Amino acid sequence: MPPEPAQSFAVTLRVNGQSFETEIDARTTLLDALRDRLHLTGTKKGCALGQCGACTVLLDGKRVVSCLMLAAMAEGREVTTIEGLARGDELHPVQAAFVEHDAFQCGYCTPGQIMSAVGAIREGRAGSDDEIREQLSGNLCRCGAYANIVAAVRDAATREA
Amino acid sequence: MQPFTYAPVADAAGAAARALQGASFIAGGTDMLQLLQEGVAQPAELADINRLPLQGITEDADGAIRIGALTRLQDAADDARLREAFPVVTEALDLTASPMVRHMATVGGNLLQRTRCLYFRDVSTPCNKRLPGSGCSALDGENRHNAILGGSEHCIAVQPSDLPVALISVDAEVQIQHADGAERWVPVEDFHRLPGDTPQIETVLRQGDVILGLRIPAHARGRRSHYVKVRDRASFSWALASAAVALRLDEGGRVTEARIAVGGVATKPWRLPRVEQELLGVRLDRDRARLAAVWAAEGAVTRSGNAFKQPLLQRTVERAIIEAGELA
Amino acid sequence: MNAIIGQPVSRVDGPAKVTGHATYAAEFDLPGLVHAAMVVAPIPRGHIRSVDTAAAERAPGVLAILTHENAPRLPYHQIPQRPQVDAQSGEQLHVLQDAEVRFNGQPVAVAVAETLEQAVHAAELVRIDYARTPALTIFDPARGRPPSEGNVKAGRVPELGRGEAEAALAAAPVRVEARYTHPREHHNAIEPHVTIAHWEGEHLTLYDKTQWVDNDRKEIAHVFGIPEERIRVVSPFVGGAFGSALRTWPHVTLAAMAAQRVGRPVRLELTRRQLYTSIGFRPHSEQHVALGATKDGRLSALKHEVIQQVGRYEEYAETVLSPTSHLYSCPNLLARYRLVEMDTNSPCPMRAPGVVTGVLGLEMAMDELAVELNIDPLELRLRNYAETDEQKGLPWSSKELRACYATAAERFGWSRRRPEPRSMREGDQLVGYGMATAIYHSDRSAATASVALTGNGGAVVRSASSDMGPGTYTSMTQVAAETLGLPLEQVRFELGDTNLPYAPVHGGSVTMASLGNAIVAACGAAQKKLADLARAAQQGPFSGLPSEAVAFHGGGLARADGSGSVVPYAELLRQHNLGWLEAEGSAQPGEETKKYSSAAFGAVFVEVRVDEALGTVRVPRIIGAYDVGRVINPKTARSQCIGGMVGGLGMALEERADWDARFGRVMNANLAEYLVPVNADIGVTEAIFVPNDDRNFNPLGVKGLAEVAICGVAPAIANAVWHATGRRIRQLPITPDVLL
Repeated sequence: MPPEPAQSFAVTLRVNGQSFETEIDARTTLLDALRDRLHLTGTKKGCALGQCGACTVLLDGKRVVSCLMLAAMAEGREVTTIEGLARGDELHPVQAAFVEHDAFQCGYCTPGQIMSAVGAIREGRAGSDDEIREQLSGNLCRCGAYANIVAAVRDAATREA
Repeated sequence: MQPFTYAPVADAAGAAARALQGASFIAGGTDMLQLLQEGVAQPAELADINRLPLQGITEDADGAIRIGALTRLQDAADDARLREAFPVVTEALDLTASPMVRHMATVGGNLLQRTRCLYFRDVSTPCNKRLPGSGCSALDGENRHNAILGGSEHCIAVQPSDLPVALISVDAEVQIQHADGAERWVPVEDFHRLPGDTPQIETVLRQGDVILGLRIPAHARGRRSHYVKVRDRASFSWALASAAVALRLDEGGRVTEARIAVGGVATKPWRLPRVEQELLGVRLDRDRARLAAVWAAEGAVTRSGNAFKQPLLQRTVERAIIEAGELA
Repeated sequence: MNAIIGQPVSRVDGPAKVTGHATYAAEFDLPGLVHAAMVVAPIPRGHIRSVDTAAAERAPGVLAILTHENAPRLPYHQIPQRPQVDAQSGEQLHVLQDAEVRFNGQPVAVAVAETLEQAVHAAELVRIDYARTPALTIFDPARGRPPSEGNVKAGRVPELGRGEAEAALAAAPVRVEARYTHPREHHNAIEPHVTIAHWEGEHLTLYDKTQWVDNDRKEIAHVFGIPEERIRVVSPFVGGAFGSALRTWPHVTLAAMAAQRVGRPVRLELTRRQLYTSIGFRPHSEQHVALGATKDGRLSALKHEVIQQVGRYEEYAETVLSPTSHLYSCPNLLARYRLVEMDTNSPCPMRAPGVVTGVLGLEMAMDELAVELNIDPLELRLRNYAETDEQKGLPWSSKELRACYATAAERFGWSRRRPEPRSMREGDQLVGYGMATAIYHSDRSAATASVALTGNGGAVVRSASSDMGPGTYTSMTQVAAETLGLPLEQVRFELGDTNLPYAPVHGGSVTMASLGNAIVAACGAAQKKLADLARAAQQGPFSGLPSEAVAFHGGGLARADGSGSVVPYAELLRQHNLGWLEAEGSAQPGEETKKYSSAAFGAVFVEVRVDEALGTVRVPRIIGAYDVGRVINPKTARSQCIGGMVGGLGMALEERADWDARFGRVMNANLAEYLVPVNADIGVTEAIFVPNDDRNFNPLGVKGLAEVAICGVAPAIANAVWHATGRRIRQLPITPDVLL
C-alpha cells in the first residue's frame, strides 16, 4: 500500500554505503538534503536547475544532478558523493589525476566534474578526447580548466583500463 | 516553492486516480524541478510515478519497437535494437541535454517538457502559457529562441525536445491509458497541440491520462535517416533548429518514402509534408535537396529576433537530407 | 639552492578540493543556522506603495520578514577613502532603507525561516504593490556623458591623448574606421554569492564569498556604524568570482540584518537568477575606432571612443582607455570615454575590466587596417611596436612582447596562413587564422604577511588574502618555502580571514606582485629575528658574531663564510626555549611607479572552423604566449591562461545577456540560456611563457597574469572569423543568427 501524500516525512537515504534517517520537507531536493541535512557539502550547489553539473552524484552507479531530484525520490537508492570516492587517505584515481593535471582552479565545480568523470569511465564513455569532451559537457567550469580536465580523465581512464 | 504533498504511486491506475484528484506527476524530475524552483509550476500534490512498471524497450514479433514511458533517455540511447532499427532516434537522444540529465529524464517526460521561452520561465513577466490572458511578452521581446512556425498572436513558444522530432520521422505513436482503463494510440505528430488561443494546453492528454509508452512501427525500419541539431555551443544547449530526416530510396536512387520533422523552430515538433512531397519520386542529389528544403520555412512568421531561423531552418533541413541520403 | 619558485608544483589545496573537504562560504556548519531568501522588485523604477507580509509571517517556520518598513535604519557611514573596488561616484544601494525601487531585481524584502524551503516560500508570499515610474532602460549612446569627478580622480578619465589626432586622421593616407559592440556579460562563477552572518553579542562573524575580507569588514562596519574590530570575515575558499566578489554587495548587509533580527546565524544564498541583479556584470559597450596610417603601415592617428552603460544610483567606470593609450606607437592619439545612465543594478569589474573592452575594439580595428594595407596582421603590430609607454612618457619596466609574438606565431604555424579571406578550407568548413595582442597594466598594492617559524621545523605564513582559483595557497607557499629554504611540505599558508595580517584586494592581477613581496619580507624579518637571538646568545656557534657574518641557507643558520654547520630553525628555537617565533613583513609600491610603466603582455593566435551554411563557429586551437614577468608556478599559471582563453571564447561566441528594455530586465538569467563555454567547445588551448624577470617592477620580478589572459582572445577569434569567411562581424557574440 503506497504511503499517503504528505508535506514532510522521515526518509532513509543510503549515501556512500551508510544509512541516514532524516526528516525532510517534500520540497527538499537531494542536493539540499546532502548539504544541509547530512552536512555532506562536497556536493556543490551552482544553479539548482540542472544547468551546471556542480551537484553531480552517482545514483545506483549512474551520474545524475542531485538538484533535479527530490530527496524523497532517492529513498531506496544508493547515492555516491565525492566524499565516498577516496579510500581513506588514498585518492581515487580520478581525484589523483585531477590534482596531477591541475584540472581545476577554484575547485567548486570539481566534485561534480569528478563524479561525472567517474561515471563516464564506468560507462565506458571516456575512450577518446572528443568523447571525454562531450561526456563532460554537462559540467560547467567557469575557470576554464577544460583542457586539463580532459587530460586528467584520459589519464585516469587509461590507468583504470 | 509552494508546499506540496508527495507520495509514490504503484501503478497506472493509482497514478490516474491521483491525477483526477489534481496531482501532477513527477518522473525524471529534470523539468519539473526547474519549474518548481522558478515558481512556474505550483502543484498541490506530486505523485511520483517512478515505480510504475513502464521501463524498458521491447521488440514486437513484427519488428516494431516499444519504449516504456519511464525508460530513461540514456537507456534508450544505449539500446542496440533501437540504434539498429531507428538510428535517427538514437542520434536525437545523443544530442539531448547532458549525460546526467539523460540518466534521469524519461521518454514520456521528454514529450511533456515545457517550453524554454524566457518569459514562460520568468514569473515576473506576462505569459499566456503560464498565466492565460496575461499577454505574450515574447511577440515583441527577446524572441531569438521563439517559433517561426505554428505560432499564434497568443504564443510563439517553442516545444524544445529533440526526441519527438525524431519520433515523427519514424511514424511513432504514443500509448495512453485513461483513468477509466481505456487505451488509445496517438501519433507523435498529433500529440502536441498548436497554441492557438489556449497556449496553456500543450498536448492531447486529458486529466487522468497516463502515458504508457511509445511504439515505433516496423514499417518505418530501413529508412535512411539522420538528425541534425544546430546549437549556439557545441554541446548541452537547445536547438536553434533541428531536423530529422528519414528516407527510403529505390535501387535507382529515387525517393519512395520521406518523413521530415523539425525542432527548435515551431510551437510543436513540426512535420514538413511539403518538403517530403518535393522529394518523392526524385533521384536525390544535392540540388534536389536544396530545392526541397526551400519549402521548410513555408508559412514562417518571423519576429525581430528570430528571422534568422528561416534560412537556418532551410539549411538545416538541406543538410539533414544530404547526410541522410549520404550525398555529402 | 632548492628552487621551488618556478616549479610546476601541484596545488597544495588540491586534495581538499578533489575530496570535497574544502569549505566554501555556504558550508560552515553553525548550530542553529537558519535560512534567508530575498524578495526582489520586478520593476525597473518606481516605489513601493504598500507591503503585505501577513501571509508570509504566518507560513510555517518563518522567523522574520524584513522590509523597508520594519528593517533597522542603518547609518551607512561614508568610508573616507572610498575603496577602489566600489563605484567611485554616486551612492551605493541602501538596502531596505526606503520605498524606492532603483532597478529591476533590487532586494526589497527578506524572509527568514528555519529551513531553506520555508524561507523561499515565505519570500514568495510577500505581497508588494508597486507604483512604476518611467525608467531609462534603453542604451542610447546619444545620452553618453563623461564620468563624474570621483571616477576621474580614480583615473577613469573622460579623455586622454597626445598630438593632433583629428588633423592627423584627416591627413592619413590610409584610414579605417568602425564601430564594435559587446553585450552585457555576467561573471557566472559556479559558486553562487552567499553569506552566513552570525552575531555573538556585539560581535559579527561573516562567512562570505569575497575576494577581499579586509574590505568586506570595513564596508559592513561602515554600513552598520560599528567598529571594525567587532567584525570578523572568514573566506578560506572562493568558488570563482572573476571580479564579482571584489566589493561588498547589499545581500551581505541583508544577511547581517536578518541575523541580528532573529538572533540566530543566518545563511543567505543568492539564486542563479538573482546573481544577474544582486551583484554586478560587465557593462554593455559600444566603441568607435578610427586608425590612420602611412602606406607602409605606421600608425599616424588613433581615435577611440568607448561608450558604456552605467547604473543611475551609483557610477561604476572602468579603465577602458588604458590599452589604447600605450599599446602601440602613435604620435597622435585621442581616446574618449562616455557613460550612458540606465536603470539597472550597477555593473562591476569582470576579469580585465575595461581593458578587455578597449583591447577588443583596438585589436579588431588593427586587423581591419592590416587588410586595408595588405600587410600581415602580425607584421603590422611589429611595425607599430611601442618601445616605451608613449602616453606616460616612461620606459617599460620590462617588455618581451616581441618574444611573445615570435614564440606564439611559430608554435601556431602562422606562416601557413594565406592572406586572402576564404582561402583556407577543411572539408565543408572554412578555416580562419586570427591573432591579437593582449595587454594589462601591472599594479601592486601594500600588503602585509606574517611568518611563524615553528618548533617542528616548519613555518606558517599568514595573510588575509584570497584564492578564488589562481592558486594563491600554492604559489605563496612556494615563495615562502624558497625564501626560508624549507621543503614545500614544511610550509603552510593561511588566508581568507580578517584575523590575519592585512592583504590587498585579490583582483586586478596584483596578488603575487603585492603579497608575494610581503611574504619575502616577512620571511626575512623572521630570519633576522632568529639570527639576532642567535648572535646575542651567551653561547653557541653564532654567539657574538656581527650580522653580516651569518646567513640563512639550506633551512637554517650558518656562518656566512661557510665554515661550521647549518643549524636548522627548529634547533635554534629549541636553543632559545621558543615554541615558535613570529615576525611580520610588508611590501608596497615605491619609486618604480614614477620611473617605469609596467604591464603584462601577450600574443594570441586562434584557428576557427566556420560551417557557413549553418553559421556555427568552432575553435580547434588557441595558442598564446605571455610575458607576465617571472612565473612562480608554471602549472597553475598555465591554468589561469587557458582559463582566460575559455573566458575569451565565451565572450567571442556565446555570452550575451538578453535585455528586455520593457522590463529593464535580463531575461536569460540562468545557465541554460545565458551560455558559457562547455568542455566540447574547447580544443587545444596552449599557453607559453616567454622568459622574463621584471625586477624593475618589484623584487620578485612578477607582473601578474589573470587579466592579461582574457585580453586579446575575443578579437583574435573575431579576426579569424573574418579570415575564414570574409565577413567582419563587429558585434559580439558571433552566433549563428549574426553570421547568417
